[in-house]
Amino acid sequence: MHLDQLLQFIISGITSGSIYALIALGFTLIYNSTQIINFAQGEFVMLGGLFAVSLYSVTHLPLVLAIILAIAIVTIVGVVFERLAIRPLKDSSGITLIIVTIGASILMKNVAMIFWGRDPQTMPPFTGDTPINFFGASITPQSLWVIGVLILVVIMLQLFYKRSVIGKAMKATSIDPTAARLMGINTSNIVMLSFAMSAGFASLAGILITPISMTSYSVGGFLGLKGFAAAVLGGLGNPVGAVVGGILLGVLESVSIGFISSGYKDAIAFLILLLVLFIRPSGIMGSKLRGKV
Amino acid sequence: MRTNRKPVIQSNWFWVLVYGAIMALLPLALTNNYYIKILIIMGINTIIVLGLNLLMGYAGQVSLGHAAFYGIGAYASAILTTKYGLSPWFGIAASVVLGGLIAYAIAVPTLRLKGHYLAMATLGFAEIVHVLFLELRDYTGGTDGIFGIPSISFGSFTLETPIKLYALVLIITLVALIMAINIINSRVGRALRAVHGSEVAASAMGVDTSKYKIQVFVLSAVLACIGGSLYAHMAGYVSPESFTLGVSITLVTMVVFGGMANVWGAVIGASMLTLLQEYLKGYDDYNFVIFGAILVLAMVFMPKGLVGAGSKLIQIATRRSTPIPETAGDSSAAS
Repeated sequence: MHLDQLLQFIISGITSGSIYALIALGFTLIYNSTQIINFAQGEFVMLGGLFAVSLYSVTHLPLVLAIILAIAIVTIVGVVFERLAIRPLKDSSGITLIIVTIGASILMKNVAMIFWGRDPQTMPPFTGDTPINFFGASITPQSLWVIGVLILVVIMLQLFYKRSVIGKAMKATSIDPTAARLMGINTSNIVMLSFAMSAGFASLAGILITPISMTSYSVGGFLGLKGFAAAVLGGLGNPVGAVVGGILLGVLESVSIGFISSGYKDAIAFLILLLVLFIRPSGIMGSKLRGKV
Repeated sequence: MRTNRKPVIQSNWFWVLVYGAIMALLPLALTNNYYIKILIIMGINTIIVLGLNLLMGYAGQVSLGHAAFYGIGAYASAILTTKYGLSPWFGIAASVVLGGLIAYAIAVPTLRLKGHYLAMATLGFAEIVHVLFLELRDYTGGTDGIFGIPSISFGSFTLETPIKLYALVLIITLVALIMAINIINSRVGRALRAVHGSEVAASAMGVDTSKYKIQVFVLSAVLACIGGSLYAHMAGYVSPESFTLGVSITLVTMVVFGGMANVWGAVIGASMLTLLQEYLKGYDDYNFVIFGAILVLAMVFMPKGLVGAGSKLIQIATRRSTPIPETAGDSSAAS
């Protein structure tokens, strides 16, 4: 394989990896505030893409407005989901919560199928599709959007945790919910906020990827799985780990398509994940201090 | 420690007889082959879910990868009988041995992981197996799968009609059920409950936690392989579509829907959800919408599953002040 080919695979890996990272961030937010894995996360990705497509091409809203509105709608869906399905089960066992999120995921996916049909849908790239030459490899403007948005989200999230009162409260809740409650933090609002943010990030990921790989009612399962894998790879509950895990997963996948074959892509991604888990059970960036005995 | 365990054990055997009798008599009322096939699928799901319930409900270890073992059992039978002309019995035996060995190899490193990491590892394993079913085309036929899998036979007596196969499936289901009841009431069962309660405490009390966890994982995988093998011989056809993450999730859902840490929960969960899925097939697009809604509503309104909700109703009806011991195994989850 030529070097510029390798570079091309790395670039497309970073692009898909940035999407995985955005989704993984959502897993991390919810895990930190509730210790649960939201298996419906992928459906927020799907809903984001489909709402944006519909708002843009059916109601002919300007692209920016369509995107903002789509994110807002999915964020509301996330909040409603938390209110109706997660909050009533606050004191249930982890496995019950997993089943509820799985049930919700099946529900959302199939409602979407009835509403939007089975055909894949797409929307134009945000700023044209003239590729940019980069050391012999080419980057599409949409890839730059994906990577740029991820960087922006990470910076904003850091500032949010470090500077804002709500962000600090959120961090405190993730470290010790009981202590946080004793300090006067309304932890149930924090949980709701984490679901809102998580749905927002996921819908953003879904919108960003739509011009590249289209979207349909069924993309949620696969994208959610990759996001989950990225979160675990990086160390569940660690936002930096989520980003590192996402990019790593994307690049490894993409390079393995180049070296082996595209059919084995998913197998290789999961094989690497298993190896990492066996060697370092808490993920690359995970600390051993986390988790309750 | 539970008091008055003995009457519960006795009533378990009573219920095994009742269940066996009902399932044996059902074909008298349901003569249509389509209904018999549903009964077979119900039996197969019950066999698998009984094993998964031991793993999840008792040992507290979540597996999101049991579709892989189901698939390994089905493909082992399919490949050995169609490509090498071996007898279906050899196929079943081989799938048990193969599934057991693979499960052991997976269990040793995987069961060191906890909670969501374990769920992710089993899920990852199942995805790898699924890709292999698709990509090892020379053996598995790729997306087309494998056709023409022969029926099980005893010498010249072939179980070609559904009713004959159903008899075999029912016998295996009952054996699995009796085995599960025996296990939970034995030393191993108590050790597993201890592992679920607190692994640290269990090992401090001298329980070899990893040994028991590995054993129950292998057992549940072997049961899934047997289920897969039976399925392959019933359908006469296997393809990767039948062994996806969705199937793993359905199996876990059956465990939880019926009620964890309760063998009858496994039986009821597997039977009810098999029926529900079959019934909803007629509703096409709305099929999974209803399935999803039922899952969410069931968990929100009866988080301890059908058996938990049922025993609570009985408790209210008979005004018993003590909880019914059968569902007590799950109480540790709340701590």
